[in-house]
Amino acid sequence: MLGKSQTVFLMGNEAVAKAAIAAGAKIMFGYPITPTSEILEKWIEFSPQNHTLYLQTEDEMAAGFGVIGACLAGTKSFTATAGPGNVLMQDAFSMAEALRIPSVGIIMQRGGLSTSTVIYSQEEVTLTCFGGNGEGLRVVYSTSGLQDLYDYTLKAFATAWKYRFPTFVLGDGYQGKMKGEVEIYKPQNLIDSQPILLADKKYAAGDKKSLAYYYPYINQLTHRPLTNISLGDSVNLRNCLNLEEDIFEIIESYKRDFQKVTPEIVEYEEMETKNAETIIFAHGIVAAAARVAVERLRENGVKVGLFRPITLRPFPTQQIRRVIKNTKRLIVTESALGQFGGMIKEALYGQTDIPIATYYRPALGITPEMLVDKVMEIEK
Amino acid sequence: MGNKFQNFPKSWKTKSKPHLFCPGCGHPIVLKMLGQAIDEMEIAKKTVFLIDIGCSLLAWDFFNLDTSQTHHGRTIPVAVGFKMARPDSLVIAYVGDGGGYAIGLQHTLSVALRNNPITTILVNNTNYGMTGGQMAPTTLLEEKTSTTPLGRQIDIHGQTIKGPEILAGVVADSAYVARGSVRQPLVLKNYLKRALQTQLEKQTFSFVEALSFCPTNWKTAAKETLEQIEKLEEQFVCKEF
Repeated sequence: MLGKSQTVFLMGNEAVAKAAIAAGAKIMFGYPITPTSEILEKWIEFSPQNHTLYLQTEDEMAAGFGVIGACLAGTKSFTATAGPGNVLMQDAFSMAEALRIPSVGIIMQRGGLSTSTVIYSQEEVTLTCFGGNGEGLRVVYSTSGLQDLYDYTLKAFATAWKYRFPTFVLGDGYQGKMKGEVEIYKPQNLIDSQPILLADKKYAAGDKKSLAYYYPYINQLTHRPLTNISLGDSVNLRNCLNLEEDIFEIIESYKRDFQKVTPEIVEYEEMETKNAETIIFAHGIVAAAARVAVERLRENGVKVGLFRPITLRPFPTQQIRRVIKNTKRLIVTESALGQFGGMIKEALYGQTDIPIATYYRPALGITPEMLVDKVMEIEK
Repeated sequence: MGNKFQNFPKSWKTKSKPHLFCPGCGHPIVLKMLGQAIDEMEIAKKTVFLIDIGCSLLAWDFFNLDTSQTHHGRTIPVAVGFKMARPDSLVIAYVGDGGGYAIGLQHTLSVALRNNPITTILVNNTNYGMTGGQMAPTTLLEEKTSTTPLGRQIDIHGQTIKGPEILAGVVADSAYVARGSVRQPLVLKNYLKRALQTQLEKQTFSFVEALSFCPTNWKTAAKETLEQIEKLEEQFVCKEF
């Protein structure tokens, strides 16, 4: 997959900007907010040499909807935000979800207490996975370090444009502001971006090419266009529907698409799970600490393993159900009060009698030492 | 089809007619003038029509033009994004007085300040029609609405907004700002054409407020509706700014 690569010393936010360029993004819309601002700054700095465009918008809503406008026109574009900005931007992401508009949002989580702080948090999990008045038919990659930020930003564009679901990279202030070595590279194949409006090829009923091009708006069971689109010599889109039955049909159709591609999208990381008696569930930056904890515990003969969902949407439910077989203890940890824990528990409901220990530290960092202590505590 | 639609603009989508606006609504007059302007300028193929929430959403399949309905107040940033991606297109943001002057006022002002090459058409009927006739930023003092049952009071509800007058004070010389009225549709059409020409030829910002009527929520019969809009024109001056 990799083209020619080089290793460079970068800040996490700069790695995101470089990955977006490598992914073929042409416009960034952004409203500055700590801890993401360097993404916009670096994108602007790199713009002249890459012939890319940018707009510092009047607010996060304009940034999100600017992305929608550009993506409707067939140009890969993205935005980055955090905390209260993520709240405002859900307005646009809801529309992207409702109309299957491919788009990418980079989220560097802030603490969850309203405006809160800017460093370490996993409290925007629910918001990013299920924000807005929709059903969470979106893809969310939870990154666990600098290299992840580059890799998954690159991948987010490919996923969004291939599957036509809005896609997010979920990091935090720690990752965004951290500096270190990152291997950067160009993907060998870029997913093409086509305009949804002003498309050269308009829809002709029954024509196979049209069906493939407008597939997100076609009910794959009935092969008829959904009621949120009027296809013909022009393309008309709406997200305000007349009938509840119409909305039901659209959501069912999107759900089928989402379920169908879930096995292709879902990603997770397993460490030492094969003979593990205790499994730690962690994601994002906390999983980085959990990796170290597992190493140390294994050195001392404790049979512990780590399962880290990389995609929080879609969630690796089947893999989680598999990994708990033959284990004795389960522990879920996060820098939040159970947003991720709830997803794990839902995946495991009715699957096991083993109690699930929790180690929730909303807004606080979680160190390997803390996890070692916690595992030893439940081992007793 | 043939003669049945001979008076319709060519850019109208006959399949979606009769339209969904209330009988006597001003929107179809604005849309007819816009359709004629697009026909006469022969720009249908490059036009993208973006519409807000509120009564304007009823136009989602009104034209045989590429169209998307957006969210309340957010049509203007979608238009900006589209235009940045496709500078060769002609992008219209069609919004109401709530979308443009209340929930999306920051976008209305920001595109004017930035001289973004889009055309905003804002329909001012002095109330929120779709939601049942509540006060709008454009509601006149003393005007009764469902949320100002005793009439709009300056000390409670504040002053009426005059959009073009505000924008005229901040736009670049190359921009175009006008207010027309559905009572004089051909004048309105000329303003719309000049606005679209501004975007096409100068690649700068243009804004047309269309003063319109809303007999359903004004609770007026035809005669009173016309009298009311004539009165409105005394306060909302129709001209190029």
